[in-house]
Amino acid sequence: MASDRTSERGGSRVEGRAIHHISEARPGTMRVDFLEIGRMVAPGCHVLDIGCGDGALLYHLVHDRKADARGIEISPEGVFTCVSRGLSVIQGDADTDLAHYPDDAFDTVILSQTLQATRNPEEVLRQMLRIGRQAIVSFPNFGHWRVRLNLLFGGKMPLTGCLSHPWYETPNIHLCTIKDFADLCRANNIVMERFIALNDRGQPDAFGSSLKFANLLGEQALFLLRRGS
Amino acid sequence: MKSFTPLADTTDLDPKGKVAVLGARTPLKLDSGEELGPFNMAYQTYGTLNADKSNVVLICHTLTGDQHVANSHPITGKPGWWADVVGPGKIVDTERYFVVCSNTLGGCMGTAGPREINPKTGRPYGLDFPVITIGDMVRAQALLLDHLGIGDIFCVIGGSMGGMQVLQWAALYPERIHAAVPIATTPKHSAQNIAFHEVGRQAIMADPNWHLGNYAEKGGNPHAGLSVARMVAHITYLSEEGLHKKFGRRLQNREKVTFGFDADFQVESYLRHQGITFVDRFDANSYLYITRATDYFDLAADYGGKLADAFKGTKARFCVISFTSDWLYPTAESRAITQALNAVAANVSFVEIAAPYGHDSFLVNVPEFHEVLRGFLASAAEARGI
Repeated sequence: MASDRTSERGGSRVEGRAIHHISEARPGTMRVDFLEIGRMVAPGCHVLDIGCGDGALLYHLVHDRKADARGIEISPEGVFTCVSRGLSVIQGDADTDLAHYPDDAFDTVILSQTLQATRNPEEVLRQMLRIGRQAIVSFPNFGHWRVRLNLLFGGKMPLTGCLSHPWYETPNIHLCTIKDFADLCRANNIVMERFIALNDRGQPDAFGSSLKFANLLGEQALFLLRRGS
Repeated sequence: MKSFTPLADTTDLDPKGKVAVLGARTPLKLDSGEELGPFNMAYQTYGTLNADKSNVVLICHTLTGDQHVANSHPITGKPGWWADVVGPGKIVDTERYFVVCSNTLGGCMGTAGPREINPKTGRPYGLDFPVITIGDMVRAQALLLDHLGIGDIFCVIGGSMGGMQVLQWAALYPERIHAAVPIATTPKHSAQNIAFHEVGRQAIMADPNWHLGNYAEKGGNPHAGLSVARMVAHITYLSEEGLHKKFGRRLQNREKVTFGFDADFQVESYLRHQGITFVDRFDANSYLYITRATDYFDLAADYGGKLADAFKGTKARFCVISFTSDWLYPTAESRAITQALNAVAANVSFVEIAAPYGHDSFLVNVPEFHEVLRGFLASAAEARGI
């Protein structure tokens, strides 16, 4: 999958698939959603980060959260950067490579800002909850008011902080709203343990437990999922 | 007639290096059912074994490589085949690690092979040497480590046939290895791999000086056949892009073609040179035995056809590395290894490095490859506490 992950480096925002330089994994400069994800991962856990980019989140999980964390990344530059940093990362594709892992191989499987770039998001989600006991998924929310207004009044494909590529070159081929995602979870008997709406800098906003408000006000969403019984 | 000399451990550098006598009390049981022992194994070490013996790096050489990884070669005088990777302060830092590399079973640089003296007859083995496998090579290496008093290996590294041995190590001795780096390798030889090897073997066996493998006694040497075998194989180690860049259609020291069969083209001259220099340091019968061992390699077949089962329960960290221009053991083979390791939830990294030098890319200075190796080793060493 083409990762649309963003990374903060030296205070400036860097975007793109291939991040050649290492983002410092100091909490002060790290993406806030990574800190949120880190808090959901218990020390010593087996974690798989799908679409791990340059390994900023992996590095945080391994060094700050003491997790046994591995990654999958499609871009050769990302894989090179990760493995050179000593992270366990394979060059692979979320759409095809999850099938090779056994059931319950991980405690937590993470898909950060990548679901919308997969060819078959439903299958990826199913695979994640087959190989992991829980899953953490974050994605840009197409239901955010700015996106809605953009389309309503501008009449053009929305360009926002989270969705910064023009339509003809975006890797985001399966965009959804928070409500759409919740529907997909329900249809697949996936339990939504927690969700956090985030602003464009990945900081949590307080919308209580209302999916409806989060769908309007959250630029990004972060879900903690587990299999339904 | 030479006699078999079960050498005491020596440190002479010329030409065999150190030699251990293995399988004296209990012979090595080979996959063919035959037994071997006592037999010599020549090896090199670099660096110092630490007090708790946790810093051992085992390097497995390629088909036509040998134990002279980091020292100048006793026959050719050239630098060790991985001298830019192994040495003080280098990626495989001999100030930190104790590096062991042995000449493979069946080889011709001091380890038991068809050129060596059969202790039972006092004559060179020739084709009486038993046919060996990658598994036999690895079991023999394990005997060497036992002999050196080494239990665990921090990391086993190897490219090509050396990579097959790395995989075989992981399968046979999972409790002895902490990290493994199979480079530009394959879990099984393909029909195309076997086909190229068969051409090489036929070239040797068609040489009238081969004498059914008995050339040591009959006099002469199948140099012509062996150099053709080397020329064919050498093409498979390079890439079309590499050959084109290096030679194109350029002519060798002439303005135009000669309408004859001299080496008009640079690429011909280069290949002839490869063939001619190879015979100085390699034995034709060894070439038959070692190519056969790689042809027989099919790791999954030993585990009910399921490659993942070869790695069941492994605790080692793996770093699988392939190269974009390697068509001998293409990336798909490394991906199959990675998928098998994923299937047993092993700790594995997999990187495909973009390099134009074909299969031999791991022997060339490719900075990205070196960075990956450096990063992986540093992190694995940290985990191991060395």
